[in-house]
Amino acid sequence: MPEVRIRKRVLSVEEIFHEGGPTAEKPLRRVAALAVIHNPFAGRYVEDIEGFMDDLKPLGLEMAKSLIAALGNDAKVVEGYGKGAIVGTAGELEHGALWHVPGGYAMRESLGGAKAIVASTKKVGGPGTRVDVPITHINASYVRSHFDAMEVGMADAPRADEILLALVMTTGPRVHARVGGLKASEIKGDDGLR
Amino acid sequence: MKAKIRKIATFLEETRTEAGRQIHPPTRRAAAVAVIENPYAGQYVEDLSELMAIGEELGELLTQKAVAALGIPGPSAESYGKAAAVGENGELEHAAAVLHPKLGTPVRRVLGKGAALIPSSKKRGGPGVALDIPLGHKDAAFVRSHFDGMEVRINDAPRANEIMVAIAVTDSGRPLARVGGLTKDQIKGEDGLR
Repeated sequence: MPEVRIRKRVLSVEEIFHEGGPTAEKPLRRVAALAVIHNPFAGRYVEDIEGFMDDLKPLGLEMAKSLIAALGNDAKVVEGYGKGAIVGTAGELEHGALWHVPGGYAMRESLGGAKAIVASTKKVGGPGTRVDVPITHINASYVRSHFDAMEVGMADAPRADEILLALVMTTGPRVHARVGGLKASEIKGDDGLR
Repeated sequence: MKAKIRKIATFLEETRTEAGRQIHPPTRRAAAVAVIENPYAGQYVEDLSELMAIGEELGELLTQKAVAALGIPGPSAESYGKAAAVGENGELEHAAAVLHPKLGTPVRRVLGKGAALIPSSKKRGGPGVALDIPLGHKDAAFVRSHFDGMEVRINDAPRANEIMVAIAVTDSGRPLARVGGLTKDQIKGEDGLR
């Protein structure tokens, strides 16, 4: 399969202190790692694309590690995660789906066995397109305080023959979480849901 | 009706060709979006139960509209998702109050089943902000062909004191799904995952 050709990477960090309510003792941090890669299938229909998922695994792992590094090299602070992809206009939505396996693998590998499905979304778009990466708790998808999302994008990407890949991690609940539901302290952690 | 609705928009997308290939039958996804007044705009309110009740109302209304746009009986829906954008005078937690405590039950009632978590995203933004609604199979979150997302936007919403609430429903997965994983004919449908 084709090699992974990276044009650009971006790392963004948000620190959220409050949203009009009480200032949090520890600000919520959301970090996103973005990579713009050449789409080896752009411009034509290629039937067999699955092999590229394996090719993307090292990049996924590198991105996940860069997120943990941005959080002070402590994987234990990570409580939420999500992933997303934006496919340039010479590609198809299915090329974005190639990110599911390597993106999920990278998260689990670097966080030491997170149990919940990694929330995801994808789209086709031009340069400057933004994507709202959905976020859920890493061990139990139903933890209500951790449902969140982070908007990411790059002014000059994706070009038509590129794919923008995104991984996101967060360090806690929404800053003023107070709509009840399953709490992080109540997680059983057997099934990835509750 | 507790929700003060300014506007409802419904979007129906049919993909007839992708990568130059005919899609038979076309893959279809529908989103219904309500623009409502945010009862808590401009102030920090501890108890968000009014917005939770609004979520329950909108869960039913928007799911019915999305299913009607698709022209299918609710139980024929295959995947779903939800999202909200809060205007600048609100907080992210207001989106959480609409989306998470009570919105899901009526969605599932209209769709007949829905063992899987309803994937979600949320953000704050100004008029025209894009919402990427994550999509996943309604009975088994790991069905890889149905991981997707749908972007919706309304040019004049949300205003500062408004919330934009969106529900997306599909009758199909991605147009040319071919990255393997769990397929819909393998669904057990018991735990919401597989």
